[in-house]
Amino acid sequence: MNYYYYPGCTLKTKAKALDASARAAAECLGVTLTEVPEWQCCGAVYPMAQDEVAARLSAVRALLAAREAGVPLVTLCSACHHVIKRVNADMAKNPDLRQKAANYLGLSTPYAGETKVLHYLEVLKNDVGFETIKQQVKHPLTGQKIGAYYGCLLLRPADVMQFDDPESPTMLEDLLRALGAAPVDYDQKNECCAGYLSLTDPAAASRRTRAILTSAREAGAEALVTACPLCQYNLSRHSGGSLPVYYVTELLEAALKGGNGHA
Amino acid sequence: MPETTRETVLRISGTNTRKCMLCGKCSGSCPAYDAMDYRPHQFVAMVERGEIAPLLQSKSLYACMSCFACVERCPRGVQPASLIEALRAMVLREREHTRLPAQLIPELIDAGTPQQAVVSAFRKLSK
Amino acid sequence: MQKIGVFVCWCGSNIAGTVDVGRVVEAVRQEPGVAFAADYQYMCSDSGQNLIKSAVKEHGLTGIVVCSCSPRMHEATFKKTAAAAGLNPYMVEIANIREHCSWIHKNMEEATEKAIVLARAAIAKVLKDAPLTSGTTEVTKRALVIGGGIAGIQTALDIAEAGFAVDIVEKQPTIGGRMAQLDKTFPTLDCSACILTPKMVDAGANENIELFTYSEVESVKGFVGNFTVTIRKKARSVRADLCTGCGECTEKCPSRKTKNEFNMGMDTRGAIYIPYAQAVPKIAVIDREHCLHFKTGKCGLCERTCSAKAIDFAQEDELVTRNYGAIVMATGFQMIDPSGFGEFGYGKSKDVLTSLEFERLMNAAGPTGGHLVCPSDGRHPKHIVFIQCVGSRDTSGCGKPYCSKICCMYTAKHAILVRDKYPDVSVTVFYIDVRTPGKNFDEFYRRAVEEYGVQYVKGMVGKVTREGGRLKVQGSDLLNDRQLHLEADMVVLAAAIEPDPTARSVASMLTASIDTNGFMTEAHPKLRPVESPTAGVFLSGVCQGPKDIPETVAQASACAAKVIGLLCKQKLVNNACVASSDPLLCNGCSSCEKVCPYGAITYEERELNDKGVRRTARVAVVNEAVCQGCGACTVACPSGAMDLKGFTNQQIMAEVDAICR
Repeated sequence: MNYYYYPGCTLKTKAKALDASARAAAECLGVTLTEVPEWQCCGAVYPMAQDEVAARLSAVRALLAAREAGVPLVTLCSACHHVIKRVNADMAKNPDLRQKAANYLGLSTPYAGETKVLHYLEVLKNDVGFETIKQQVKHPLTGQKIGAYYGCLLLRPADVMQFDDPESPTMLEDLLRALGAAPVDYDQKNECCAGYLSLTDPAAASRRTRAILTSAREAGAEALVTACPLCQYNLSRHSGGSLPVYYVTELLEAALKGGNGHA
Repeated sequence: MPETTRETVLRISGTNTRKCMLCGKCSGSCPAYDAMDYRPHQFVAMVERGEIAPLLQSKSLYACMSCFACVERCPRGVQPASLIEALRAMVLREREHTRLPAQLIPELIDAGTPQQAVVSAFRKLSK
Repeated sequence: MQKIGVFVCWCGSNIAGTVDVGRVVEAVRQEPGVAFAADYQYMCSDSGQNLIKSAVKEHGLTGIVVCSCSPRMHEATFKKTAAAAGLNPYMVEIANIREHCSWIHKNMEEATEKAIVLARAAIAKVLKDAPLTSGTTEVTKRALVIGGGIAGIQTALDIAEAGFAVDIVEKQPTIGGRMAQLDKTFPTLDCSACILTPKMVDAGANENIELFTYSEVESVKGFVGNFTVTIRKKARSVRADLCTGCGECTEKCPSRKTKNEFNMGMDTRGAIYIPYAQAVPKIAVIDREHCLHFKTGKCGLCERTCSAKAIDFAQEDELVTRNYGAIVMATGFQMIDPSGFGEFGYGKSKDVLTSLEFERLMNAAGPTGGHLVCPSDGRHPKHIVFIQCVGSRDTSGCGKPYCSKICCMYTAKHAILVRDKYPDVSVTVFYIDVRTPGKNFDEFYRRAVEEYGVQYVKGMVGKVTREGGRLKVQGSDLLNDRQLHLEADMVVLAAAIEPDPTARSVASMLTASIDTNGFMTEAHPKLRPVESPTAGVFLSGVCQGPKDIPETVAQASACAAKVIGLLCKQKLVNNACVASSDPLLCNGCSSCEKVCPYGAITYEERELNDKGVRRTARVAVVNEAVCQGCGACTVACPSGAMDLKGFTNQQIMAEVDAICR
């Protein structure tokens, strides 16, 4: 199982734990992640404006690299995944954007969405299989009540992201169950944490995260997992330590190898 | 000021406001509702009527979290978030309207702030 | 030598607005065989038809071409006109210069050119037309109604009252359908069961009606007046002739975990059961999937209990084949599963219900004996929120693009019933529009607001969440420009209705068409609303489109009138455009026989005189009384022996040549 891997800026700096645990777990599971050579920041937000070409180019470059290598492109950070997956769809469906991107990048063959973009969790679910993971778990998270926090970017808009049911996702819970944990269902798991607004409007982030944390806690969660560094930051910043927020890959690595602080 | 026609907003947003049936599900879903002066459904209605100028002044442009709940739940395939984004882009493309000067950043971050937050905020609020 | 008359209709401005009819007339006059050409404002009017008749006589016309609307609209009209003028009606051809030309083009120059080409093709065809005569067939004086809900029951009762035999096929063990599940009916609030059950009993007792319950249509052959239908009577494992409906067995049955369909799965029933007290026929049925005897070979308690000795574990499905003159589709509807709209929390909280579940919850024969309690913990609710248009008017993919039509009214009904019985319970209704076009409908809705104090909120709910043991409803209140966060104990979803899934398979057996939403298509949306485009197939109730009870009953009776009209006829005139095979060209391959949907082709040994040489061959023979002229055989025939009268290969090629000239 060979993939190009796009870590993104945050995983190289503030979210090193996300990157490191993902790579370690992948190795355990026989998944080979080759880092995209000379990748650039994806821009962190998908440019919804249809006339915004330049902001799409770095995603296109990563997608092109994977096309040339003939392998799927795997992402992990929710923001990177969102941007790259949606830009990929634009290139496949919007001939105008496709041609403009080709002009900017000087491509003789325009990039038309040929690369398969996969989130790390999709690789685990569909290519490795949660059942296989379950069999490889050496340190099950038995009895741990964990709430899965999806946030927005992995799920919506569902017609493009095609990650999971946008209102009732279960992929993280299914993985947690494979790791031996007891996932806790709560209704705010797909509601926004306020995202980048935490920078300019901390009060908004505080309101949103409180709603999420309260909902999870009331349902019995003793910890949360997420795949997004910004969600992780916003949630842990406002939880006051009462509800630890882990990267899902940290729990995965711990269950597979043991030794992590949580397990 | 940027050109303020309905057509410009529709072109940049790639949205068809005429599909709206005024159900209000966007505004019923919006997590930033209380911070908005104009609400998601009003963006759709006002763009459709060509009332663009007041929207360009709206604080909602900077309250939208781009969570896509309105896009996902709209029963008619209208994308209120894309309209908000188009209008925000129209404002920010005028250089004097940059909302987030780089020199402000150091005060806004702490030791844990992920790059993702800074980069997104820049993309959303400055040009 | 043929003498052809060409008549170009303006259809007011429908055609003349886009097609230069004068130029068409000028152009067709140059065509070989054309002896007369004229245009007129409305060719279908009396004076238009008189123009045709006098031209036929004056110019001795042998065939005519009418350039007008679709032949679906007026071909029959002009055939009658031709017949009245002494022509064989099959010497008439229609060039459709309206639907195929003027309505779809804007440019007059191009449209006129196209109209001329279409006229030319029709002229080429009429030159090769031959006079045809129709045969006749008998009509089987019996109707089949598929579906035993209120629509099917009403249609069957009306047909039976007219003196014709009628069979109802119902897949459930009882007739009654959805209406039997409803508590009260709008706008009069009379009890649904009280007005339905007398009709069920009538249907069961009427000597002209035979019920096939717990049965399904297995196959359909034939055509209008002469359908042959095979019905599968599923094994009830209970002998209908012995069972007294006492219900003893249903009480003794130890397997009690099966979800009770009648109560929308909100309680359970035994493996042997009678769907409800007023079931018709009141005969028990064993659900073999859940029966201990069928699962383990043990038990048999019902058999020991039954004093009538009606239990028959060895009973097998029975196939019954009957002939019918007419078939009625009355397959009804179901509610969509709202789990596709996860934001409303259906399936996550038991206190989020569909309207049909709520209907059972309010009903005295329902799972709670009519006591309104929260399904999650049995507590008395303080506040109930109704959400309308869940999955209706929704083009996002999970829902239906159409308005389900009945939800506004039944939601008002639910709100009134709650407020009437439990004045301490407050009720909020989220709506997009309140649609009340019907007799006494708007008055009913206003009563909900004015007399019963139901809070109507213009807006849609964005999300329902579970909080603190209750539900929280976040939605918009557009008229007051605010976002609401309401605490609620129950949320009721007025989910869209959709055609019953069996409609699709039955429709394909009947070769009757369905629309993109799965509803049956009418022969004409305004003028033939109860007939399917397939002759002899009629539509009753919601299978054709969303309807409330009064509309369903009205349509069911209209449908019955059409069926009676058909069954009254002694003979049906056949289509004269039937297939025929040239025995000298036929190679006996059976390709035509295999594709014929009507079983109209057989093979016979024939002695042939092939250019003086006598030989015996196995050749195709078409039964003209059975052939419907679909033409499938002419395409399948590899040797060119099969041809369709009125649409011969030569004629089609002549048309193509004329178009390509």
